[in-house]
Amino acid sequence: MREILILSGKGGTGKTSLTAAFAHLASGLIICDLDVDAPDLHLILQPEKLETEHFLSGHEAIIRPDDCERCGQCADACRYDAIQGEDPPVINPLKCEGCKLCVEICPAKAIDFELNHCGDWYRSTSRFGPMVHAQLFPAEENSGRLVALLRQQARAMAEAKGLDLILSDGPPGIGCPVISALSGTDLAIIVTEPTVSGRHDLERVLELCKHFKIPAGVIINKCDLNQEQAEGIEAYCEKHQLSFIGKLPHLTAFTEAMIRGLTITEFSSNGVRESIKTIWDNILKLAAPKPVLDRAADD
Amino acid sequence: MIVAVASGKGGTGKTTVSASLASVWPSPVVAVDLDVEEPNLHLFMNPDISAQDPSYIEIPEIDDEKCTRCRACTDICQFKAIGIFGEVVMTFPEMCHGCGACWTICPEKAITPGKRELGQILSGRSGPSAFVMGRLRVGEAMSPPLMRDVKRHLNSGNGYADRDIIIDAPPGVSCPAINAVMDADVIVLVTEPTPFGLYDLALAQQAFAPLGKPMGVVINRADIGTRDVYDHCQKTGLTILAEIPYQRDIAEAYAKGQIIAAAVPSMRALFETLVGQIKTLHGQPSMAREVKHA
Repeated sequence: MREILILSGKGGTGKTSLTAAFAHLASGLIICDLDVDAPDLHLILQPEKLETEHFLSGHEAIIRPDDCERCGQCADACRYDAIQGEDPPVINPLKCEGCKLCVEICPAKAIDFELNHCGDWYRSTSRFGPMVHAQLFPAEENSGRLVALLRQQARAMAEAKGLDLILSDGPPGIGCPVISALSGTDLAIIVTEPTVSGRHDLERVLELCKHFKIPAGVIINKCDLNQEQAEGIEAYCEKHQLSFIGKLPHLTAFTEAMIRGLTITEFSSNGVRESIKTIWDNILKLAAPKPVLDRAADD
Repeated sequence: MIVAVASGKGGTGKTTVSASLASVWPSPVVAVDLDVEEPNLHLFMNPDISAQDPSYIEIPEIDDEKCTRCRACTDICQFKAIGIFGEVVMTFPEMCHGCGACWTICPEKAITPGKRELGQILSGRSGPSAFVMGRLRVGEAMSPPLMRDVKRHLNSGNGYADRDIIIDAPPGVSCPAINAVMDADVIVLVTEPTPFGLYDLALAQQAFAPLGKPMGVVINRADIGTRDVYDHCQKTGLTILAEIPYQRDIAEAYAKGQIIAAAVPSMRALFETLVGQIKTLHGQPSMAREVKHA
């Protein structure tokens, strides 16, 4: 089984639109949206949710005002300044890290510690195959744990269905959810753009891949925005022996397809479709040894 | 006044808006990059960095001699950062959230705070503006503690006190984004008029509405896509503060690392108007009702 993760460092470079297109071109795969915070892949793939599960993770401390003796020890001990006011003190759930220190030290035992329902996750079916995705509730935490759970579910589902490819849309950035999505994956594909921000963020996400010893390939999207930057990125890949997988010009068809709930490969002419197909074939070659069949441009 | 420039979706133009606001703001500001995972504001503001300080989180160091293997620490730790295997005590520094519970409750006082580097805080000047950024160490998972440290730096009396602050926030709507906007007086949400832009805008609204701050929207690449974002703003009482058109010259200036308010003639007036709009929003009660997400 191979896990391919699409990343970018910088948001808005086209990760999700390209993941959707690859899902269309591939076959025999599980599709996974690991951007649990602001997931968008479902807007194109429009999966039908078969099962919804609650994601329970972490705890939230809550003071029972009737039992609280106003001693102030909890507020003094909290390193997150989460306990505000005195009569009675109230814990700000947005600041509470769920560390349990206040619960443990409260002399009156007046603090409850409740398991947090931080989001939901789904087993779904889409027109390109089974899909695993989630929605972390806005302002919640533990996205890394939810990402790990989705990956575990995707692997279990792939095994049960005898499928040997998992294609995942990753979150932006290089922090907790990205590390959770990246560690132990087989191949990371970084979608970048020829802008100073795109280049800067590409270098950091590639450094992260190196840190976790994950092979990485690079795609330049909107490559005609700045020729010089695009060439610079290609040269950078060559210098650092990174696989340069391909480039695409700025295409307004990405937006038009998105509005119709279609992948760009479903929506666009043969030319665009062929270039994306070539990129996908290159990704599959890179993801070998286990060869994966795809259902090519003729469907 | 503290203005946080945020968005649910990445790549909508937060940094473009932040840098342009800083460049046209009528008085010198403090420009703060709190997107510590992928900070980009410096690429546009080209600050002279005069100080670079490491930021640390406190993590447990266990005195093997004093430790009686009582397991009080492993019982309380919610983050699986300490383990006892037979007689062996181990810490997992990268799992630690720095809460201090273990060394506070250890009955033998066998645990003392050590440290793990989260990243760097860089500060300096860009023209008349002060500039501060956090940069997460590559491989470090936890951005919120570094962001808190950057905010502490802002409050540490570095001559920032009398200035307005413009925060470039990270994308998303979970803990890092909340951390970036929770101290703001006004939240500016940058979006684009596409299905992704709309979905993530609605998430951001849901996440930030409970903070009770006035919020407004900047629509970037305003002529691509559909009118759905406009309808949504009208329905939920979100003020549209500005619309940045989709123009090749704007995209090209951005690609080169230029501040569009300075590089593209028509943009200066647009951002000056935006400053006025933000100042009007400041002090108004939160207009946006909490919206139920579709």
